[in-house]
Amino acid sequence: MVSRLRQFGSLLALFLAVGFVSAAIVTVAGTARADAVPQRVVSMNVCTDQLAMLLAGEGQLHSVSFLATDPSASAMPIRAEAFPPNRARAEEIYLMKPDLVVTGSFGNRDTVQMLRRLGIRVETFPLANSFDDIRMNLRRMGALLGREARAERVIAVFDRDLAGLRVDGDGVAPKAALYYANKYTSGHHSMADTIVEAAGLHNIGGDFGIRGMGQLPLEALIMAAPDMLIRSRDYRAPALAFEVLDHPSLRKVTDETGEPVFVGARWNCGTPAVLVAVERLIEAKLRLGSPRAPYRETASLRRRD
Amino acid sequence: MGETDGRGFVLLCAGLGFMVVLLFLISLLVGPASLPPMESLRALLAGEGDATAIVMREIRLPRSILALMIGATLGLSGAALQGYLRNPLAEPGLIGVSASAALGAVLAIYTGLSLLFPLALPLMALGGALAGVLIVQALAGGYSGTITLILAGVAVTSLASAMTSLALNLSPNPFAALEIVFWLLGSLSDRSFVHVQLAAPFMLIGWVLLAGLGRSLDALTLGEDAAASLGVSIARTKLLAVVGTALSVGAAVAVAGAIGFVGLVVPHILRPLVGNRPSRLLLASALGGAAMLLAADIGVRVIAPGQDLKLGVLTAVVGAPFFLWLVLQTRRQMP
Repeated sequence: MVSRLRQFGSLLALFLAVGFVSAAIVTVAGTARADAVPQRVVSMNVCTDQLAMLLAGEGQLHSVSFLATDPSASAMPIRAEAFPPNRARAEEIYLMKPDLVVTGSFGNRDTVQMLRRLGIRVETFPLANSFDDIRMNLRRMGALLGREARAERVIAVFDRDLAGLRVDGDGVAPKAALYYANKYTSGHHSMADTIVEAAGLHNIGGDFGIRGMGQLPLEALIMAAPDMLIRSRDYRAPALAFEVLDHPSLRKVTDETGEPVFVGARWNCGTPAVLVAVERLIEAKLRLGSPRAPYRETASLRRRD
Repeated sequence: MGETDGRGFVLLCAGLGFMVVLLFLISLLVGPASLPPMESLRALLAGEGDATAIVMREIRLPRSILALMIGATLGLSGAALQGYLRNPLAEPGLIGVSASAALGAVLAIYTGLSLLFPLALPLMALGGALAGVLIVQALAGGYSGTITLILAGVAVTSLASAMTSLALNLSPNPFAALEIVFWLLGSLSDRSFVHVQLAAPFMLIGWVLLAGLGRSLDALTLGEDAAASLGVSIARTKLLAVVGTALSVGAAVAVAGAIGFVGLVVPHILRPLVGNRPSRLLLASALGGAAMLLAADIGVRVIAPGQDLKLGVLTAVVGAPFFLWLVLQTRRQMP
């Protein structure tokens, strides 16, 4: 019995040793390759797609995710047409023979681990929740692609545009309610919250102690009496999850506040395009104070579609 | 039978009616946004477009109305099916009517048909329910015994639920597959007057048809031949039972999913209290079903506020042990 255990122990030690050695080899290989600027980059995530398209040099980016051409998910759908799409499957990515894969740090962990086991360098990017995160991700993507100067230029333009946004800060910020399918909303530490607050609005999601995304009961949203409703668009195929967004009680709110603002592709990812979303929100906020008749008309037209 | 019985029945219905009113009021006062009771009732009756009035009128009132109507539908159709099939286990959930209605509703919603033509939702659910009743009747008709009926019900339920899951999995919408649980367990979360308007007319017509069964069901307790000799038309009874169940259960499932056990538990509790008379059991079960579903819908909101616990979970938690107890009782009564 004891000898069996000892045997098992030594086998385990052997396996561990082999594991460490191979890990070390992969690491060495990884660092060795990291010195060279990657020439065949594949992005598997709609957000890294856009960062890469913004910064990559001529011919450096090989493929982007299939969502990059979907205007409901990506802020750069036309630019993305130039690249062959991928569906983030390990097999297809491996066959593309990339020297660098970039993707989000959530969702496809199995694929990422598989690719790393196959010896491919994969860099993951966390969700951007703030303007600082956007600058950080741009800098990191720039460094990975060997395009640091380009990244700094993009960041400089971003900062200039951000400073150029004219948010009137007088008085109390109007309350905005973000509402998506299945009653989800964004609270603190989310890109949507950053966009809303940058437009001089107050996001009620944070008042309910929600961090990132969380569910908000319809009753609670109504009782918070928002001045503006910011909602996701209906998906192209129906589901009950979207029915709540057309609930008559929300219509009662938008009858008072005017047409809801729709969350679009620019809200999805931490790229400089979020500033366009902020700008649109500022315009919508300016309309809050003015007579609402024309907006109600467009709202009812949209409903009849 | 006689005067005292009649008075007892009136008292029973009055008691059940009082419970329904009380639970309806409590149901209006329960929700994730805790509102002061008196203020919210005032807002319901006399509010002028403020947030409390919107919550009371557009969110809580339709929810309570649907709980009442769907509970009544399930209790009534359970009592009617048990009398008509002369089978104590007949219940829309158990015999596959609810599951096939859910399949009809799912096809209407997720193909986009109900967006173009809203009435397609209750109509397709009704069609599903009708198909369910007819299939079960064909499989287990002719009063062929409890086991055959339950087996036929299990077969229809499994097939319809599998088709529902398949349809939802095939939907290109990523949320659809998550909604399988809504259709299989039922919920009244965030329903609105749109749903009341869609479902109520069909449920009301179904109630009228099922209520018309009373005398025939009483006669049927004596056996089919005796009933026929008393002038009861078997064909008419069948038509009323099948169409009445399909209309009311179909409409109920179309807006709230399949909620089980209400139609089983309620008639069983009330049967001894109405002197085993199927005609009296109909009204009593409708009231009892309304009370049970209102209570269950209060329960889901108290137990897990704002988390959409499904109604079928609570009705099964209450219903299934009761069902087991029923089985034990019947065994004990038999020598």
